[in-house]
Amino acid sequence: MNSNNNILVKLNNAGFRQSEKWLVEGVSLTVEKGKIVTLIGPNGSGKSTTAKIALGIYKNIEGTVEKYTTKVGYVPQKISIDWTLPIRVYDFMLLTETIEDSAIDEALSLTGVIHLKNKNLGSLSGGEFQRVLIARAISKKPELLVLDEPVQGVDYTGEIDLYELIKKISDTLNCGILLISHDLHMVMKATDHVVCLNGHVCCSGSPIDVAKNNEYKALFGEKASQILTTYEHKHDHVHSDEGEIKKN
Amino acid sequence: MFDDFFIRALIAGIGIAFVTGPLGCFVVWRRLSYFGDTLSHSALLGVTMAYTFDLNIAISVFLISSVIALILIQLQKKTNLPGDALLGLLAHSSLAVGLVVIGFLTFIRFDIMGLLFGDILAVTTDDLLVIWTGGALILIVLKLIWKPLLASTVNYELAEAEGLNPDRAKAIFTILMAAVIAISIKMVGLLLITGMLIIPAAMARNISDSPQKMVLFSIIGGLLSVILGLYSSLEFNTSSGPSIIAAALILFILSLFKIKQSIKLKN
Repeated sequence: MNSNNNILVKLNNAGFRQSEKWLVEGVSLTVEKGKIVTLIGPNGSGKSTTAKIALGIYKNIEGTVEKYTTKVGYVPQKISIDWTLPIRVYDFMLLTETIEDSAIDEALSLTGVIHLKNKNLGSLSGGEFQRVLIARAISKKPELLVLDEPVQGVDYTGEIDLYELIKKISDTLNCGILLISHDLHMVMKATDHVVCLNGHVCCSGSPIDVAKNNEYKALFGEKASQILTTYEHKHDHVHSDEGEIKKN
Repeated sequence: MFDDFFIRALIAGIGIAFVTGPLGCFVVWRRLSYFGDTLSHSALLGVTMAYTFDLNIAISVFLISSVIALILIQLQKKTNLPGDALLGLLAHSSLAVGLVVIGFLTFIRFDIMGLLFGDILAVTTDDLLVIWTGGALILIVLKLIWKPLLASTVNYELAEAEGLNPDRAKAIFTILMAAVIAISIKMVGLLLITGMLIIPAAMARNISDSPQKMVLFSIIGGLLSVILGLYSSLEFNTSSGPSIIAAALILFILSLFKIKQSIKLKN
């Protein structure tokens, strides 16, 4: 059934329709261990929907999803929490899985919010909450990490740190990451595979291939294409099949 | 010891408070107080069923409340009416039908006040058995679904994405709601059961900073309400349900002072 046992989740021609309107259709992609797959595309192009299909949140989908792991960490794009529930950062870390205190502390330290451990979740700022969300997703040492705009609302330097952290996690935990990001610099720097969506897959491949693609240029403009291509010259390492970084 | 009606009522009330405490927290968190009202109003129909067919009241109420919950879910899927209208429709129509049926059952003398507001004289030794075994079962099941239920209360998609099956937890919780109404109807009365679920939990919310603490304080609040309420019920010869709920209200009001204090501290 699973010829390549590095595969964590595989979408075959998947799509989702809500009240007669296709949110996204015909998406095929594979997330493997140690690899980062990034979804890019304009607003409303079906990025979050694709992530939710991969996670199994949407049930009545077209096509198929093959999932080969149950250890999943998820950072949703929008999270509305009802503050009638009194909940501290610490309780939130234990929400879906019981994990050791040391693992909680480690994850909160990595994302720079260990000092908020006993704070009420409702009292956090947007950026702080986002860091807690990332910490929660990585603390359970997942095999598959799905990050939907994980650094929204985080300050600029924090953004770079967090993306580096995500890259590091993919290497050290050897987990597969499905990332949704607007940051094309980041996409170029760390991603193994880019899928460009606009209601359907408009192009996909390595970041440099996508950057050269005409449909991509039509969607994002020449400037965006230049960001990706100029980055190619700064590339100083390649990735082995195991996901390790090899310096050139 | 169980010969004394007051001791029986006290033991029954304590058993109920242990169950309504944690369940009430979820009712508050998940905004289910009108749902609780609907289920408990339909309990009257369950009571008339019990008298008509000579069944155990708790079992009969449990069955009818579960059926009403199922009907509600079906109506939500099949109509465009808003949730609160459907809840009101079911609550009042099942209460009305229950009262009409009682009118037909002329061969039985009903204590309607007792049904609506609870009656400490009505608790039998058999009821104690139903409350404590039923209550223990409810708590064990709640403990089993605690994690998925809490996670999906915080965020449904997180729970679903990380494999906790929140839909199943929600369905089981609905059954637990019907069960807690079934075991507490005699003591608290069907008009006031939701109060027993919500008021101690609301009091606990004012003084808690974590879900576990809120559950703990909610149980303690429920126990105090039952003890204070039953003693005053005995003292002033009032119905047991209103006395317990009034005691819970006093605790809630006291908890408001704690909020005032903590706001002062912050400033």
